Amino acid sequence: MPAPVLVSSLVPLAAVLVSLAAVPLILLSARRPNLREFWTLAAAFAKLALVVALLPGALAGRVAETRLLELSPGVALGLRADPLGVFFALVASALWVLTSFYSIGYVRGAGEKRQTRYFASFAVCLSATVGIAFAANLLTFLVFYEVLTIATYPLVVHKESREAIAAGRKYLAFALSAGVALIAAVAWTHTLAGRLDFVAGGLLEDVALAPGAGRALFLLFLGGVGVKAAIVPLQSWLPAAMVAPTPVSALLHAVAVVKSGVFGVVRVVGFVFGPGWMRELGLDLLLAGVAGATILLASLLALKQDNLKARLAYSTIGHLSYIVLGVALLSPAGFAGGVFHLATHATMKITLFFCAGAIYVHLKKDRISQLDGVGREMPWTMGAFAVGAAGLAGVPPVNGFLSKWLLCLGSLEAGAPWALAVLLTSGLLNAAYFFPIVHRAFFRPAAAQSDEAKRKGEASPLLVVPLVTTALASLALGAFPDAALGLFELARAVAVSALGGGGAS
Amino acid sequence: MSVLRELAGTHYVYWTAMALLGIGLYGMLVKRNLVLKVIGLNIFQSAIVLLWIAAAYKRDATVPVLDQSIPVADPALYMNPLPQTLMLTAIVVGVAITGVAFALLVAIHERFGTLEEDELLERMR
Amino acid sequence: MTPEHLPVLIPLATLVATLVVPFCGQRRGRAAFWVASAGTLAALVFALGGLAHTAGGGRVAYRLAGWQPPVGIELVLDPLSAFLCAVVAAVALLVLAHSRRIAARELAGRLTPFYAAATLLVTGLLGIALTGDLFNLYVFLEISSLAMYALLAVGDARAPVSSFRYLLLGTAGASFYLLGIAFLYMLTGSLNMADVAALLPGVLDSPTATVALVLVALGIGLKMALFPLHAWMPDAYAHASSPAVALIAPIGTKVAAYVLIRFFFFVVDPEHARSALPLLDVVGYLGAIGIVWGSVMAIAQDDLKRMLAYSSVAQAGYLAVGIGLASPLGLIGAVLHVLNHACMKACLFMVSGTLRRELGHSRLSALDARTRRVLPWTSAAFATAALSMIGLPPTAGFFSKWYLALGALERGRWLLLAAILVSTLLSAVYFFRVLERVYLRAPAADAAEIAAPAPVPGEGGIAWATLPTVALAAGLVVLGLLNARIVEVLLRPMLPPGL
Repeated sequence: MPAPVLVSSLVPLAAVLVSLAAVPLILLSARRPNLREFWTLAAAFAKLALVVALLPGALAGRVAETRLLELSPGVALGLRADPLGVFFALVASALWVLTSFYSIGYVRGAGEKRQTRYFASFAVCLSATVGIAFAANLLTFLVFYEVLTIATYPLVVHKESREAIAAGRKYLAFALSAGVALIAAVAWTHTLAGRLDFVAGGLLEDVALAPGAGRALFLLFLGGVGVKAAIVPLQSWLPAAMVAPTPVSALLHAVAVVKSGVFGVVRVVGFVFGPGWMRELGLDLLLAGVAGATILLASLLALKQDNLKARLAYSTIGHLSYIVLGVALLSPAGFAGGVFHLATHATMKITLFFCAGAIYVHLKKDRISQLDGVGREMPWTMGAFAVGAAGLAGVPPVNGFLSKWLLCLGSLEAGAPWALAVLLTSGLLNAAYFFPIVHRAFFRPAAAQSDEAKRKGEASPLLVVPLVTTALASLALGAFPDAALGLFELARAVAVSALGGGGAS
Repeated sequence: MSVLRELAGTHYVYWTAMALLGIGLYGMLVKRNLVLKVIGLNIFQSAIVLLWIAAAYKRDATVPVLDQSIPVADPALYMNPLPQTLMLTAIVVGVAITGVAFALLVAIHERFGTLEEDELLERMR
Repeated sequence: MTPEHLPVLIPLATLVATLVVPFCGQRRGRAAFWVASAGTLAALVFALGGLAHTAGGGRVAYRLAGWQPPVGIELVLDPLSAFLCAVVAAVALLVLAHSRRIAARELAGRLTPFYAAATLLVTGLLGIALTGDLFNLYVFLEISSLAMYALLAVGDARAPVSSFRYLLLGTAGASFYLLGIAFLYMLTGSLNMADVAALLPGVLDSPTATVALVLVALGIGLKMALFPLHAWMPDAYAHASSPAVALIAPIGTKVAAYVLIRFFFFVVDPEHARSALPLLDVVGYLGAIGIVWGSVMAIAQDDLKRMLAYSSVAQAGYLAVGIGLASPLGLIGAVLHVLNHACMKACLFMVSGTLRRELGHSRLSALDARTRRVLPWTSAAFATAALSMIGLPPTAGFFSKWYLALGALERGRWLLLAAILVSTLLSAVYFFRVLERVYLRAPAADAAEIAAPAPVPGEGGIAWATLPTVALAAGLVVLGLLNARIVEVLLRPMLPPGL
């Protein structure tokens, strides 16, 4: 792959700003819901189009770059659509389109209040997420990271109940502490290196680091991005944040926010420290160990949950650490697998959350023990659920199999058979906590209910079409990984550029 | 003994100023009556004025007024006029502060009927 | 108009206003408002002219009454003093506009004295920034303090008491300063700053010089409410009228911090201040303690004004940390924070004033979502300013912390860095507590609806109170995004040559 050429372009900036520009429009049309939702959809489609427009360049090594004013002397507010950034932005913006349709069905079906604030905050979150994806340096990353923290808060407390406010406090306590750690880490990096640009192979590569200082710096970074990535022991905000409306859990707490944290880990490992320092300081083992522990612990905890969203949340915690583990292994296949899992987990988990939300809106059920026989009422929904669950457990041909396969290859490549054991054990646990749900839904008789609110048939098409689409996308991405958007190709390009090694598998 | 005599003899102004500073600070911090606190403040300020004036003093020198009837051969035998004019300003500032302080005390007395710190704390509760 | 007159025109503009205001009549104070605003606006225009003229390192000196320095008094416009003048005048102008309506309510019948004292305060602060003479600085310090005592004495019943306490401590502080420069005068025989700066290096090692520096630091520390000399501030701010606090809190203590910078980096050789004497280290560490202490105390408060006052103690700590670092990054952080914090605090105290005007109180425990419904713009401005106070990018508050953190790292001061970062979390606690109430707390079932504010004849519409608040809040984001330009164009040229 040739060295990337930087091309000055305003497209990355436009991709970030398009949803931000929609915010005043959304606020102004508060009294006209249809117009308001039109703005959301328009912004979502525009954002996706802009990100897709950046794809060919990223694949061909022509990296679009926007340099705006300086944020701090010598550090610009810079956006750069490199392969990793485009990859993440693509996942987030494509799923935002579906989530937008789903959101409309959900908030109207569930009769949520304060819908204007909901859609406005959502739009800000997406701007911040794409900003994180395209950030060309640590300071820009930090700015969008904190914006995302704040913009998510109104969504977490959306219900304004006591429980929601408590969850909001917990979320802020974790996220703001993480922000502080990240500020310290970024400032320290600036002091050490004198610059903050992300560089494939590590911006600290040529900087002399004392081992103690290097490890402390890495721990600060890990504290900063680890909260959003929900690495044990920083994970407990995520199950609490499940009080948010389901589309928020689906897009933000399974894709945008948490993956911003994971994305941060990828940036720190591949573009700040670089594989050289990671190995030299033993940080790869540290990170892999933490990720492995998180995977097993979260999978075990998921088994215990009866609340469907809580089980999905613990499953998310585990799967986020798959990505971290893949990156920590520092082998090309592992890295590519981790990055690819960022997309595959997104499509699968968002499917599952969409299903949970459809069940909640349609049947007002949120516990697994209540799901007996639901599959016969809602075959499309539960069919999609089965696809997502199978994928997360690693069953081919769903896309989850592919990324897990790469991760397993990566652990062998890196000479870490224990990582392989962790991955396989976790696959079994995944099956153990998902298949009973599918079994209940399809093979158990519905409990006799005299519920007057009991409804027949499927939920509204605004809910069902998006979730079937994501399930089909999961299948398609598994069967033809390079067919639609070249995600697989991108993931491999990222691994090559970050590790500087040969191609994977 | 000679050291003591020197301290007492030539530096006595400084010692006096230091003593006044201490007395003034003591009054401001320890006295429980607000008027006494203001008096302490005035003593404190006076001590500083004294220090400045003492710094301008020269033995055997005369007032810095160009007057034919007071023949001065050497210009160095005029006292330094600058600190004295400065202290005039400082005294004016001090008077203004004291005025505002008393205005505040009048307002306090009108509202709470006392200028004793302890009673004041009691009545403000 | 030629640039060499700018240094004297800036304070003269507000001084003239001070003298004209009493002729405006006692009754309505409407004319007094316009005179005061016009004077402040003129000062702002001159200050901006000065800023443009000195950008890049120019220096304009004006000799009062034609006397030659070092005997005569010099007013000096350099990048630092021009910057401070512009900040003071701009914030004062916005606060005056904002308070127009609130002052008419809270200070009914006393508007003329209020505007006279307000312009006198601004005159004093501008004078402090501009003067090139150590004794003249004392005079301006006391002029501004006198105006502050008068302004803070009007408010609730306890205001005169807290103002009196401030008067005692403030005068003691000024006296310590006067004592300090007495020793400097004895050493150098001069009071002109440039002259003293040239003469001082030869005698800096003497004990007298050390005593002088300590006394100056002590005196100015009292004025800027540096921990543990901050005791006067929370009470004074909590009991005074909203317009007075909104005017004093953002710019009053900042100017004291400016005096520290001017004295320790321009008059005294900064290298000496840094190495031979640990005085600046002490200032820095006291600032760090003040940051944490002020934030913790702010969490414990139930009244918005008092909470903001304690947060001002913490913010004075930031300035002290920047000064204590005694490095270019530290100074840039401190001076940038003077600007940022002036805007944030002005905005927040404006919100507190609006709440007191519209709701009749600023008790946090009585706020709920009705506040936001009645005052949506004010609430949004509060949220923005709160995020900036916490220090979240891309608001201005983040960037002053950023430079301070870089400075602390550069000099290896881990404790200072820790204090800066911990305070971020502490301020998040006390600001989100308020935001939670204003946005999320459902009103109690029996709570009456608050009437939307109706325009009161003769007081102007709600826009007078809201527009400056919202403008400042929006300004915080703009200042944040433009901070690098501010640093490069305005702040770098003002760094003392010795650093």
